[in-house]
Amino acid sequence: MSRLDIKHGIIEMGHGSGGRASATLIEELFIRHFDNSLLSQGNDQAAFNVPAGRMVISTDAHVITPLFFPGGDIGSLSVHGTINDVAMSGASPLYLAASFIIEEGFPLADLEAIVISMARASKAAGVPVVTGDTKVVERGKGDGVFITTTGIGIVPADVDISGDRARAGDLIIVSGSIGDHGIAILSSREGLEFGTAMESDSAALHTLVAAMVADVPGIRCLRDPTRGGLATTLNELARQSGVGMRIKETAIPVKAEVKGACELLGLDPLYIANEGKLVCIVAPEDAERLLTIMQKHPLAQNAAIIGTVCTDAQQMVVMATAFGGKRVVDWLAGEQLPRIC
Amino acid sequence: MCLAVPARVESLNPAASTAMIDLDGIRKEVSTQLLDEVAVGDYVLVHVGFALERIDAVEAAKTLALFAELRAQDAEG
Amino acid sequence: MKYVDEFRNGDTASALARLIRAEVKPGRNYRLMEFCGGHTHAIFRFGVNDLMPENVRFIHGPGCPVCVLPAGRIESAIRLAEEERVILCTYADLMRVPAGSRDSLHKAKARGADIRMIYSATDVLAIAQANPERQVVFFAIGFETTTPPTAAVLKIAKAMQLNNFTVFCNHVQTPPAMMHILSAGEAGIDGILGPSHVSAIIGSRAYADCCDKYRVPLVIAGFEPVDVIQSVLMLVRQINAGEAEVENQYTRAVSQTGNQKAQALMQEVFEQRPMFEWRGLGSLPESAVQIRSEYAAFDAEKRFNMKEIATADIKGCICPAVLRGVNNPDECKLFGTACTPEDPKGACMVSSEGACAAYYSYGRYRETTGTT
Ligand code: SF4
Repeated sequence: MSRLDIKHGIIEMGHGSGGRASATLIEELFIRHFDNSLLSQGNDQAAFNVPAGRMVISTDAHVITPLFFPGGDIGSLSVHGTINDVAMSGASPLYLAASFIIEEGFPLADLEAIVISMARASKAAGVPVVTGDTKVVERGKGDGVFITTTGIGIVPADVDISGDRARAGDLIIVSGSIGDHGIAILSSREGLEFGTAMESDSAALHTLVAAMVADVPGIRCLRDPTRGGLATTLNELARQSGVGMRIKETAIPVKAEVKGACELLGLDPLYIANEGKLVCIVAPEDAERLLTIMQKHPLAQNAAIIGTVCTDAQQMVVMATAFGGKRVVDWLAGEQLPRIC
Repeated sequence: MCLAVPARVESLNPAASTAMIDLDGIRKEVSTQLLDEVAVGDYVLVHVGFALERIDAVEAAKTLALFAELRAQDAEG
Repeated sequence: MKYVDEFRNGDTASALARLIRAEVKPGRNYRLMEFCGGHTHAIFRFGVNDLMPENVRFIHGPGCPVCVLPAGRIESAIRLAEEERVILCTYADLMRVPAGSRDSLHKAKARGADIRMIYSATDVLAIAQANPERQVVFFAIGFETTTPPTAAVLKIAKAMQLNNFTVFCNHVQTPPAMMHILSAGEAGIDGILGPSHVSAIIGSRAYADCCDKYRVPLVIAGFEPVDVIQSVLMLVRQINAGEAEVENQYTRAVSQTGNQKAQALMQEVFEQRPMFEWRGLGSLPESAVQIRSEYAAFDAEKRFNMKEIATADIKGCICPAVLRGVNNPDECKLFGTACTPEDPKGACMVSSEGACAAYYSYGRYRETTGTT
């Protein structure tokens, strides 16, 4: 079997044909780096025993420009993103499946870098990629590479976390500074480049969640504020639970760089994406204890209580501004784009 | 209309009529073609990648002093 | 952030607001037009309204460049992209603005037109250089703040003899629009919060005629909330004293004469356009600029022989009256029902500076808390 020329090679249509070239690609790139016994069996599926209890499954398609950005790349992002979606049910994630749609002509060296980064992220998280698929599309029909990952996990017995469980009087906690991921991506986007030491916060949050539910199994809602940012997540939870939310601008952690970039481009940190943060809604009597536990975890040292849940027929999220006024934090209309006015 | 933010000039490239500005750790190259003179350390208003005008530090201080005065007036009244 | 945080101080704001409350005369209303969308945005973003007494009312003005651009000009730009197959570059703000017949740049892009969002006018030069085989058009909009950067790139393009680069110029001027609104007199304005960054370019003296002619006080106000509140205090004092002067609160960036280098550059590249149509205000004489004949080779209207396209605004949309300060957005029948930020019918619902978009959020909040 011919070996892959990783250094100079590119993806060709044959790599997705299911023939010998596909087999070489899978063996020398995916199996080699993901390196686990289930995947190495070479089946079209992975079979394993599962512990008793409630299972969760979640899937996420990852498309991002640029593919490599400060603090991560599409590979690590596709692992963290799905682990987090699984973990937001309170579950501990077990396994991942990954499928790749790769554009003809994509450099093998870049693909390898992405796979290595994925493998590293999955090993660090202890959640192996046990099955997968690869397809190649003609040049011009994809944007380099798209990765869809699916994850499964098991929810501890006494945990019941869901977006419709927020009740008036509950407190809202965010696990750290918001907007880091979105600003890091923007800083490296073509035509917009600006210099910053900011990195994406992309991270797997399942160990944080495990520590949280171990101590406070009664957590009501957990969600990771990815696309659309904190504002969108709060609006989703308010609608699902039929409640309003009142938050305080001064309580929300935002890094100086994120504020600076937002002022420069006319953006609002509340709507900027995060990939390593979570929002938690918890009964008031559990809030302080939970906050202390979170702050002991390396990924949530700056966790903060940012507001309360209230009754509100209109299901509004309203923020007390640092300045002393009040402002509606509405759903995002369209996308957040740099403004001139 | 016309989003513009004050940012500090970090360095100048007179040949290209550009400046590197810094806004709390965010650095961006902007054009200085619209300014007669600009020096490192100046604050300039940045709009669509151009420095529009320099911030007058003396005038800014005066405005802040006036705020202080008005606050005192408020405290008395 | 230096020169930002100090001007967002809540305690200073409350203190100034108390002075305003103490000084307003209970028997009268103070209808203040904030000309700029930037002020509208600041007022809503920071909740400045909450601090104002009942009888101080903000009337939103037409100073939002995307709101005043007539649908026909957007339609023309879409045709350039779709029929002439040019690379059309523009500021992101314009992407979702409704053109005629439920179209927008955003939708044209989805259909396959090559429309690119840029951050700076200089980006367009780079795109033109990178695509020598394509025609690249900069769809330029904005008031006097955004005009000098366009002038600067036109000058560079000429020096570089960049023959695949043109500008579709839609730059408009602030004082004529202000004069128009005051002369119509329908908005019942007692005072004006004058533009911040436009004034940094054109200088405070540019408004002297307005104040003299229509006996209305004007205070050039910075865009931060404390700037706005201090300017309101200055206006209230002028109104109480029966004065009608141009005052400058934003002295840290605005001088009497403005940025003369930028003015000279605009002079060199642009000339007065005899007539320009504004969405909402109609055709106003000498209210916009066009590219001078020396730069004709870089004028998209000339190169592509563009014709004016007249498009009717959406039926029922009262944007024109909103832009003139005559109606509030919530007086529009489509407001919040057929017209929302997700599916805007008029331009005022698109831009975050648009009065309708601001009211949409804020108005609903007032309903929920029962405040008026
Ligand atoms: S609510 Fe919509 S339709 Fe009505 S005036 Fe505003 S933009 Fe036009």
